[in-house]
Amino acid sequence: MEVLKIATAGSVDDGKSTLIGRILYDTKSLTTDKLEAIETRSKANGFDYLDFSLATDGLVAEREQGITIDVAHIYFSTKRKSYIIADTPGHIEYTRNMVTGASTSQASIILVDARKGVIEQTYRHFFINNLLRVKDVIVAINKMDLVDFSEKKFNAIKVDFEKLIAKSEYKEQHVTFIPVSALQGDNVVDASENTPWYKGQTLLEHLEELDAQDLYEKSEARFPVQTVIRPKQAEFHDFRGYAGKLYGGDLSVGDEVTVLPSLTTSKVKEIFFFDQKFETAGRGSSCTITLEDDVNVSRGDMIVKSSEKPRVEKQLTAKICWMDSKNLIPGTNYLVQSGSSRVLAKIKSISGIIATDFSGEDKEANTLSLNEIGEVQIQLSKPLAVDSYKENKASGSFILIDPQTNNTAGVGFIAP
Amino acid sequence: MEVLERNKKQIVKARKLTVNPLESEAIYIFREVVAQFEKPVLLFSGGKDSITLVRLAQKAFYPGKIPFPLLHIDTGHNFPETIEFRDRLVKELGVELIVRNVQDSIDQGKVMEETGRYASRNSLQTTTLLDALEEFKFDAAIGGARRDEEKARAKERIFSVRDDFGQWDEKNQRPELFDHLNGKIDLGQNVRVFPISNWTELDVWSYIEKENIEIPSIYFAHKRKTFVRDGMIWSAEDNVVFRDKDELVEERLVRFRTVGDMSCTAAVLSDAITIDKVVAEIRESTISERGARIDDKRSEAAMEKRKQQGYF
Repeated sequence: MEVLKIATAGSVDDGKSTLIGRILYDTKSLTTDKLEAIETRSKANGFDYLDFSLATDGLVAEREQGITIDVAHIYFSTKRKSYIIADTPGHIEYTRNMVTGASTSQASIILVDARKGVIEQTYRHFFINNLLRVKDVIVAINKMDLVDFSEKKFNAIKVDFEKLIAKSEYKEQHVTFIPVSALQGDNVVDASENTPWYKGQTLLEHLEELDAQDLYEKSEARFPVQTVIRPKQAEFHDFRGYAGKLYGGDLSVGDEVTVLPSLTTSKVKEIFFFDQKFETAGRGSSCTITLEDDVNVSRGDMIVKSSEKPRVEKQLTAKICWMDSKNLIPGTNYLVQSGSSRVLAKIKSISGIIATDFSGEDKEANTLSLNEIGEVQIQLSKPLAVDSYKENKASGSFILIDPQTNNTAGVGFIAP
Repeated sequence: MEVLERNKKQIVKARKLTVNPLESEAIYIFREVVAQFEKPVLLFSGGKDSITLVRLAQKAFYPGKIPFPLLHIDTGHNFPETIEFRDRLVKELGVELIVRNVQDSIDQGKVMEETGRYASRNSLQTTTLLDALEEFKFDAAIGGARRDEEKARAKERIFSVRDDFGQWDEKNQRPELFDHLNGKIDLGQNVRVFPISNWTELDVWSYIEKENIEIPSIYFAHKRKTFVRDGMIWSAEDNVVFRDKDELVEERLVRFRTVGDMSCTAAVLSDAITIDKVVAEIRESTISERGARIDDKRSEAAMEKRKQQGYF
């Protein structure tokens, strides 16, 4: 079955966790025992309604404060699809957790409070979804019950939001607006009688039709080698298999391939998945391939079709979302990890901090602090095979690891 | 003859590897573990999730063997069917099995046996586990926990860093982006790895069905001496649980949905004797899997507290 990964985004108290709880409730995905737990706790907290955020806020500190601190992954399924929702925090200080949730999602739900309209956090959330090139964005204009289900309010927010879309860089992004009340369940799973003026789909109807398969937008085959399999058993004495996951494209037996960064060439001899051989591997497959020639391939190398070579570079320009409390400053060393490659790198310079309000007013700066996004130039100690993020999300992105703390300090999106 | 040969070739040509995204993700994670860590280990309980992990590990490294040992933290209160199954599987696969016993931790005075009618050895496992990780210097412990099991587990990363006391710092987890898994840790720290994080209970069962994976017999309906407490069905076949006089033993047709410690795993009434019937039953069930885990009911944050202390 198809698996659609969705991330939520929205400001504090916009009702993200409540919306997810509502989806679970209305699709009958909450089991009796979980529902009972929500009922008991809602009552204990003095609510006369079911507090669905209790279904997703899994940490004591979250329930104490009534906020989401870290990403919770929530699962449900319909007859058509399996869904994984990353319920992400809205607080600005937890932006890094929001990026964590959105990085593996194909769709995103941005919540806007109908009373407040488009606010700074909305800009920020849309900007990140735009930067990450999340294909489908659903703007759920929530708490419609608190504005008398006003069509005028809905349209005004939509017009405001469309101004952001006009300024965005990723024009192919598909944005849909839906008026909802997460608390009461209007247009979440079932169509609402309170919004007769709204002719579109409910949130779930819309999700059901989204394409879950399109993980990598451009289909050039990228096969980063994770590990080399050498069984050294009688039956497979000379077996040397390259295990990895295929990002983008197809790879077939007989394809002429180049190993990067060494530029050695060969041909695909066999494609294994467990004990079976295949003629072609499609994108997203974790498989093991062997090559015709006895070439030197190891972890961190990338196998590609010779006709579709990526760039091999020692200098990168990338947008970085900084996630560490220790500032990013030029002259410092970090490890750049992209999939299975990890190389030592030096931060050369920072061009500036990117304005996430679509104003285009980038700030000049020589450091990046927590949750800031900036354009950064990086010198690598060894050449790396990369694409731009636009071309391939896997080979076009990387993380920065602080070699002193081992923390994942930032995420980079490689420029075209 | 030539035509036939050509047809055959076309058939072979059409054999394209299609993706089960969850399986592909899990295999990717296994390979990252082996590449990034010095000494990984797979935590094996003999339950369906760890059995699924074993199959995924087999797939990840085929035609090579599974390149790490299995570690079973034996509470001493296991269902005998599970132990018998465990030993057979290990023999078939030719992998190394390490067993460490909670009883030893009790004998060494490191942990104290709980008392009372809800006494369980489940949380005592943590100490034995942490000791075993230290004894063998394992730096990555692969486990079958899934995010759909419980609300604290829903917050878990795939590579979850634990300090040298095994503690989970739930408020300060590493961001995890795309497929770029960061396994860099300091000496003494270790990582808990959850390759089937994104699977649901139904995904696991469907996979077991599709792959025709053998599982212990207690997962299927069987007659068992049981008694009822707090609305749950407890096994009365072994003297693990202290029973009140008015808790009557009756033979019931039951099966187990999870295989934990006998002292904290409840059975469910069921007549599902085949895997397709089990899958159908789970699909229809209105009770969550952990609804049958007695120790999760101790408090709203039972799992979170155990995880902070180093439970897997």
